[in-house]
Amino acid sequence: MGWLYSALSSSIGKKFVMAVTGICLILFLIIHLINNLTMYGGPELFNTVVKNLDIIKPIVRVIEAVLVLIFVFHIFNGVKLWYENKKARPIGYTVNGSSKNSDITSRTMIVSGSIVFIFLIIHLKTFWVSFNLGHPLAEEHQYYEIVASAFSNWIYSGLYIVAMVLLGFHLNHGFQSAFQTFGWNNNKYFPLIKKLGLIYTLIMVIGFASIPIYFLFFYGGNV
Amino acid sequence: MAEKKLNLTLKIWRQAGPNFVGNFAEYKLAVSPDSSILEMLDDLNNDLENKNLEPVAFESDCREGICGTCGLVINGQPHGPIPKIATCQLHMRHFNDGDTIWIEPFRAKAFPIIKDLMVDRSAFDRIQETGGFISVNTGSVPDGNAIPISKDIASEAMDSATCIGCGACVAACKNASAMLFVSAKVSQFALLPQGQPERYQRVQAMVKKMDELGFGSCSNTYACEAECPKGISVKNIARMNRDYFMAKVKTENVES
Ligand code: SF4
Ligand code: FES
Repeated sequence: MGWLYSALSSSIGKKFVMAVTGICLILFLIIHLINNLTMYGGPELFNTVVKNLDIIKPIVRVIEAVLVLIFVFHIFNGVKLWYENKKARPIGYTVNGSSKNSDITSRTMIVSGSIVFIFLIIHLKTFWVSFNLGHPLAEEHQYYEIVASAFSNWIYSGLYIVAMVLLGFHLNHGFQSAFQTFGWNNNKYFPLIKKLGLIYTLIMVIGFASIPIYFLFFYGGNV
Repeated sequence: MAEKKLNLTLKIWRQAGPNFVGNFAEYKLAVSPDSSILEMLDDLNNDLENKNLEPVAFESDCREGICGTCGLVINGQPHGPIPKIATCQLHMRHFNDGDTIWIEPFRAKAFPIIKDLMVDRSAFDRIQETGGFISVNTGSVPDGNAIPISKDIASEAMDSATCIGCGACVAACKNASAMLFVSAKVSQFALLPQGQPERYQRVQAMVKKMDELGFGSCSNTYACEAECPKGISVKNIARMNRDYFMAKVKTENVES
């Protein structure tokens, strides 16, 4: 298996790992968003959906474990690449002309990724831990109320929205970048892939960010 | 004939040798808008020599954009602000009177500075030696048109083959990655029948060498394509990624 390890640790191999894990996370976000949008169906719908996930708990746990692995690979590999790539140019340019030849989102994946990562930790603490580890409301399956109270906090909601915008920058570059890495770049379909990536990104950002906005402005102080 | 000259301030990177600390030196000069940037540096060097000062070391050969020897980073952009030309083709008419122009060498760990604006790009030769060729049996001249190939494919291979090996792609990339250069060299053969026998061996060997030499990894910013004097497309990188993947999947060689 030495060949596999060396293939995956070559420069192209590392990109490939980034792309595969990235695509998995892109797919995961779709499922996550669909789940979140059930909140618009009211507390009952959302609480039933989450409660029903409880029934298939073992499967959920396995999926969660796989997700953690994917995240770890994506983050570890990304940080490693960033560090190695920094070392490939020990002395930088005095005049930085990169804004004239490339897109800022493509150059700042480490920044957008890191902020999303910090957000992810806080996010897991706020929701995953509350839902799974004996929050009193969770015991009574009042998941919707947990969300509503978290989002009634301006700071948390603000952070959430900022993180979603940065996630958008990350996704917009990452989506088409993954296809380029797989070698699927061609005059006919690459422009389509780029458009699809933008549409996907907009749906994700607007979809996720709409929920704190809803709770802040429209749910109305009855929390 | 009274010619309107441009008064410029040049900030040029001066470094006495590979292990010296470099710094920017400032020069003021008046230059004809018809002069190329290298001719301007020639003028400056004549001046410096007349004053018994060390001239600025920089490289050039053909001075018509076909050899890939020249290469300066001008105001942060390899080969300067005009797309699809080499440094030697950049004329001073693109600048304005009173401008300050920053001139730096290509910067990458794999391209160590030799002196001033000269860098050692022999890392590219090391990559080429590992597979940037096809092995042919010499013998009598083959018949013309003996190998059928469509015009479209031939043109695409020709596009890849226009890479002049200047290194601007490495200089432009935030990761100092050589992917555009290597992918052009891989593609020019991967597209043609003559390149098939060694196709998978070539891509693996060249990528391996590229990694060993300390170039960074590609993160698809596409800065290389934007700065390449020959407009080499990042589609070549996609092709190389695909070939590398296929090489790993298809061949039984566990060594490379
Ligand atoms: S790909 Fe373009 S920038 Fe890179 S070495 Fe070839 S000609 Fe120069
Ligand atoms: S000197 Fe030959 S390309 Fe510029």
